[in-house]
Order: sequence, then C-alpha cells, then structure tokens
Amino acid sequence: MKFGIVTFPGSNCDYDAYQAVVEKLGEDATFLWHKDHDLQESDVIVLPGGFSYGDYLRAGAIARFSPVMQDVIGFAKRGGPVLAICNGFQIACEAGLLPGALLRNTSLKFVCETVRLRVETTDTMFTNRYERGAVLRIPIAHGDGRYTADDATLDKLEGEGRVVFRYLGGPGDADEWWSPNGSMRSIAGIVNDAGNVLGMMPHPERAVDPLLGSEDGLGIFESMLARVTA
Amino acid sequence: MSRYRIAVHIVPRRGILDPQGKTVADALHTLGFGSVRDVHVGRHIVVNLEARDQKAAEQSTRDMCERLLANPVTEDFEIASVEAT
Repeated sequence: MKFGIVTFPGSNCDYDAYQAVVEKLGEDATFLWHKDHDLQESDVIVLPGGFSYGDYLRAGAIARFSPVMQDVIGFAKRGGPVLAICNGFQIACEAGLLPGALLRNTSLKFVCETVRLRVETTDTMFTNRYERGAVLRIPIAHGDGRYTADDATLDKLEGEGRVVFRYLGGPGDADEWWSPNGSMRSIAGIVNDAGNVLGMMPHPERAVDPLLGSEDGLGIFESMLARVTA
Repeated sequence: MSRYRIAVHIVPRRGILDPQGKTVADALHTLGFGSVRDVHVGRHIVVNLEARDQKAAEQSTRDMCERLLANPVTEDFEIASVEAT
C-alpha cells in the first residue's frame, strides 16, 4: 500500500508522516510536490501538518488552490482515503472536503502538549483498529485549532456519527469533554459524509513509538491499512 | 480599462466567538473607555486592479472575497471604499 504525502511550502510534518508509514507501518510512502498534478498512484493521501504558505490570509486558504490539491479533491470525491492532519485539516476545510472551519485558539496562544482523545466511533476506515471509547494520548501543536461550524452542521456531524475524536479532560484527569483550543463540542476530528476523509488537529504521526512518548496514533495508520488492503 | 483601488473589510461573522476582539475590548475598558460595547478584529485588504468600469471592479472584488479573501463559513466582508486611480 502506498501513502502519498503532500509537501507544500511550509509543511513540516511530512517527514514525520513518512517515518510513521515506512518505519512503523512497514508500507510504502512517497512525497507529492504541491506544484505537480501527479498523485503517483497513491492508495492514500496524507495532508500533513505545518504552516503551508506561512498561514497567510488564513491557515490553509492558499494551499487549497495549489495544483496538487485539485487532484487531491478529485481523488477524495472518487472515494479515495485522505488523512488530513493539523494544517491538513485546515486545508481540507478550506477546500470544502470537510465542513466547518478552524479558527484562532480561544486562548490566542499556540498550544503544544500531549492531550487525551476519546475515540467516538470505530465505524470508520481510520479507527476500526481501536475500541470505542478508548482514550488515546496524542500531541497537539497549533495556534488555529478551534473547530467552528453552525449548530445545524454540528448536529448533523453528531447525528451521523461523524465526530471521530473528542478532547477529553483537562490538565487534571477528569473524564469530561474539554477543549484546549475552544473547539465547539470538544471536537478534535471529523470525517466527511462519505467517510473517506478524516480531518484531525492532533498529530497521530508523532505518536507511533514509545520513544516519542506514545504509540497511540499508530492505530489510525493500521486501520487504514486494514481497510484499504481488505 | 480604468484602474481602481478597492479596500475590503473582512470581519468575523456576528455570533462567532472572537477572542481577539474581546481581548481588545477588555483592554479598552481597562484604559477607561467604558462606553465600548464590543470590538471585532478582522482584516483590511487593498486591491489595485483594472476594470471596465467601477461596477465591474466591485463585482470582481466581490468574487475574490467569495472565493479566497473571506471564509464564507465564518467571515463577512464589505467593500469599504473604491477609488479610481
């Protein structure tokens, strides 16, 4: 199985995603240059974290119009799996692949810490290897992660089981919804209506080895492998 | 074709939490500007362009706002000024 990882000017998690796929999952990965119209026959596309185009105008607003994104949008509309992480999530929202938008954190501060996420559904191609309700430890690192959408959209996401991850607890260990960035309804990750595009602010590719402090993110890659090669 | 200088204001949509605006409002209150009810922080963008006439220039700018300059999910825009240059 081949993962195509898009490199935009300003991407900085593309190599992390590459290492996660090649070293921990044991699959193929290739970098896709933002100026090319070539997905190199990838089975899965990863939109990685970073600061594409310096976050100019709005995070993801410029990357959304880059040449490769026109192909990624076509790939996603045909049902191809897309994993959109952090800046990738912002780009996917700007591109209309996912509903809503990611605004400046309520604290107005960049947050960089390991958070706890609750797996809200295992009925997706990204989470079938987890148990429902499992709590994952995965890092976040963003300044614009406040998930925002209108109430009708949020109700629809919840009603259709498309909220995939929620932030759990606060600095303590209380098991309650929490939001490190002010996200509505504590939403950390969602899928599109067809279920083939996952957008999430936390970085699963940075949680794939005990040396990194957690390997809880590997399950997302394993889930995709299980589904795509099934 | 004529040249125009068009300024656009883009602000967070009413009802959407605007922590930057709220922080500025709090600071103004601290400075004694008690009459301030609320503040919204957005972007001011100036576009110089060529167009057939003013109407075409404005329409073109509105298209730019809808496609790129503003996010239709969270922001509103308005053309603040149009100058022939």
